[in-house]
Formats: sequence, C-alpha cells, structure tokens
Amino acid sequence: MSKQKSMWYEFYKGIWEINPTFKQILGTCPTLAVTVSVMNGIAMALATTFVLVFSSLFISMVRKLIPNQVRIAAYIVIIAAFVTVADLVMKAKFPELSKALGPFVPLIVVNCIILGRAEAFASKNSPLRSFLDALGNGAGFLLALVVMGGIREIIGSRTFLGYQVMPNGFEPWLIMILPAGAFLTFGLLMGFSNAYLERKKRIEQQQKILQYRKSENELKEAEA
Amino acid sequence: MEITTANPTFKLELTSSPHVHSRWSTKQAMWFVVLALIPALISAVIFFGPYQLLIILTSVLFCAATEFAVKKIRKRKITVDDGSAIITGLLLGLILPPNFSLSSTAIGAVFAIAIGKEIFGGLGYNIFNPALIGRAFLQAAFPVAITTWTQPSYAVDTVTSATPLAAFKFDKVVTSIEPMFLGNVGGSLGETSALAILIGGIFLIIIGVVNYRIPLAMILGMILFAGIFWIIDPVKYPNPLFQLFAGGFLFGTFFMATDWVTSPITSKGMWVFGFGIALLVFLIRVFGGLPEGVMYAILIMNSIVPIINRYTRPRIFGEAK
Repeated sequence: MSKQKSMWYEFYKGIWEINPTFKQILGTCPTLAVTVSVMNGIAMALATTFVLVFSSLFISMVRKLIPNQVRIAAYIVIIAAFVTVADLVMKAKFPELSKALGPFVPLIVVNCIILGRAEAFASKNSPLRSFLDALGNGAGFLLALVVMGGIREIIGSRTFLGYQVMPNGFEPWLIMILPAGAFLTFGLLMGFSNAYLERKKRIEQQQKILQYRKSENELKEAEA
Repeated sequence: MEITTANPTFKLELTSSPHVHSRWSTKQAMWFVVLALIPALISAVIFFGPYQLLIILTSVLFCAATEFAVKKIRKRKITVDDGSAIITGLLLGLILPPNFSLSSTAIGAVFAIAIGKEIFGGLGYNIFNPALIGRAFLQAAFPVAITTWTQPSYAVDTVTSATPLAAFKFDKVVTSIEPMFLGNVGGSLGETSALAILIGGIFLIIIGVVNYRIPLAMILGMILFAGIFWIIDPVKYPNPLFQLFAGGFLFGTFFMATDWVTSPITSKGMWVFGFGIALLVFLIRVFGGLPEGVMYAILIMNSIVPIINRYTRPRIFGEAK
C-alpha cells in the first residue's frame, strides 16, 4: 500500500496532514514547556529533528535484524545515542541555549514523536522513505513550535526572536509566558486547525454531492 | 397530550421532563440579578468615584459585544438579550480594583465571554463562572495592576492603603468591622460594602431567584472554620466576623457561587458546595500565600460540581438502595 504513495507525500504529510503536534498530539511536553520564545522553539525543534531523522534512518536500516520482542529497547538505545550527540553538541557550541532548554534536550529520548515514528513508520518502511517521513515530521514539529513560540513571545514579552515588535504602550500579558498561557495557546491553535479542516471537509463533500447530482441529471437527459 | 377526567380540575398531563418549573423565566431572572447588583454599583461610585462607572461600562459593553461576535461567527442565534453577558460584564467590573486600566478591563471581558463561556457552547454549558475566569486571567496576565488598591474617598483610618485582608496577612492589623460593613475600605469596586451586597443578595433570595442553601452554607461554614481557629488562638487568627466581611467573601457568596449554571442542582450538593468553598477560602486566606482566595475557591469548587451532582443524587422513589 505504501508503495502507491509518492516520495513527496511521505515528506509532505508530516507538515500538515499528520502534524505531530496538532494532529498526532505527540511531544506536547516540550511543546508546552520550551515555547516561551521563538528561539527556544527553533532550537528544540532542530535538536528533535536531528535525532528523529537519524534514529528513523538507522532503525529502518536494521529493522529486519531486531527481534520483535525487544524492539522498543533497541529503538531506545539507538535514539539515546543520537540524543547524547545532540546534547553534547549543544552544550559545546550553544551553551546559552542549552541552559535555556534545561532538561528538555536529554528528555528527547522519551519524546513520543521519535518513538512513534520509529514504531509506526521506520520499522515497516525502507530507509529512504523513513528518512523523508522523519524529515517531514520534524518540519511539522518546527512549524508548530515556531507558531506557538511566536504567539507567546509577541504577546507575553512584546518581542519576536528578540526584536521588539509591539509598541511600548502594549502591556505584556504575563500569563502568556507562564504554563497557563502555553495550554491556552495550544488548545486554541488545535481548535482552530480542527475547525478549519472540518470546514474544508464539509465543503468538499458538498461539492461531491453536487457533482453526483449533476452527472445524474446528465444521464437522465441522455436517456430522454 | 392531556387526559381529562370527568372532573376538569383533576388533569393528568403527560409531558417529557422537566416537570418542575421556576417562577421566573431565565430572562426575567437575569434582569432581577442586574437589579440586585445596583446597590453594589452605587457603593462603588460613592467610595471610589464616578470613574469606576467607566470600568463597569467597558466591561459590560465588551462582554455583550464578544457574545454577539462569537454567536455571529458561529452562525448561532444571537442571545445577547437574555442578559447573561451583561451580568457577566457587571460582575467582572465589580470585582476589579478601583481605577483599573480600561484596555485591560476590555481584554478581561473578551476573555471571560469567549474562553469562559462561549468555547463550551454558550450559556448553560460553561463549567466555570465566566466573570471569575476573566478575573483569574487578568490576575495572571497583569499581576501588579490588579493588586494596586486605591484608597476610598472617605478614608478614615490608616490601614486603608491595603485591603483589610492584606493588612492582616502581612502586618497583622485587624480592621474594625464598621468601615468594612459600610464599605469604606480598600478593595475591589463592588466588594467592599457588605451592606450593599446584603441588600442585593437578600432581595434575590426573597424573590426566589437564588437558592438560600449555598449562601447559608458558605456563611455558616466560614463562621465554623474561622470560629474554631479563633477560639484556639485569637491573636494569630482573625475573628469570624472579620473573615465574613473582609474581601470578596460576601460578594462571592451571593453573586458568584450561586450562579445557576456552575453550582450543583441537588439540595445536598448545594450544602457540600457551600461548605467546600468556605473551607477553601479559609485555607487560602490563613495558610496560603495570597491574602484573598474567594475567586480560586469558587473556581476549584466549580470544577467538581459534576461529581457533587453525581454523588448527591436523591434516591428515585421506589429505587432499591
């Protein structure tokens, strides 16, 4: 079945159709915790994407060697190796970001997006497809974190990526950089994206019905 | 469907539930609440000046406008004229501090209606009291502005720069009862005058818009809990009368906790609800970090109302135990 789908689709679907944050609702813990600013969100998403891409690729390559009973343990070992790499690189090259993200970089090990993609996709598909799938999911995660971080940073501290974008007269809403603001933003974004998708689906259905009726009428006319 | 016997005064009506009807329609009841809030409104103007009317007006206007906009966007029937959004606006305005900024008031009002009420589906579906949601949001968003208390115009004693509860919590000063009863102390707009609130609250209970059980349970509960601790150590814990008249307790008792949508529907449940709020208020005031806890106490109890309703359901006639 998966062979019918194009390579482009494997990449593209992760951004919107099965967006890890808003559709699969995975990896909410880092989503809620680190999106105080856009920069934190980008760093977190890039670190996660790095781990996701390489662990998916490797798991897909060795998927036939791993006995089914111990597969989760094997996945975790592979993921942990890449998380260690990401963590050490961040500590060495971007010490400030590493401090801001705190324990959330080592916690990528147990991020459900990575284990989820490994279990649902990489363990059943070829390395190339797994690589594209991981890249797409990583991009979707990045998009979600940038949107969340953007909203929270603009309203909560008047800035975007550190540059002031709101006028001085705007009093920042402190709640947006608190956990409550994260839940609010997350819930509202998820609600809006669902409402949008539902509306799109409804319109498509109506169009299909219209088309069907049209062809029915044409048939009748032809018969007459 | 009606089955009429030979004697027309005995009529057996077969209809689906509900069988018990209130004396007032929802619309009438809402306007009675607005009427009952007028004494508190007057006390706000007397003690804090006419500018406070602007705050309340902003709050009411933005609540009504938000309700209108949300209904319009969702293509539902416009229900602004049932008065519930206006009550939310009035209540929100009355629990804000004096001289609060108008733009922040507007944000709170929009939030109260959009997130506190309409997101659940409108009147009757909301879990939490919308006005308190708006206030809680403002408290979290602008923590400094919302705890800046202006002195009332007729300040007579020295502790009026802080609210009586803050004065007690941080300086151990007990404000005397008389100014607190009249409302001549620092505090939120409509909350300071116990007299004005009692007039409105008792009016609502007498005409049957508000059930007496929740207010009674809250007041008795507060006297009980505060009384026990006051007897143990009268220096460390304030007397029960102070606890009753200080802060937003009375306002919350009569106008917030008794909100029909967010309070229990069973009689036993109402007692549980009232005692629960009193206990939480007392715990937050005496042992918590904040000087006042009526808002959070009511919101916390709001969240367990479905459980209270479930476990206090009266036995159906004939049902086995």
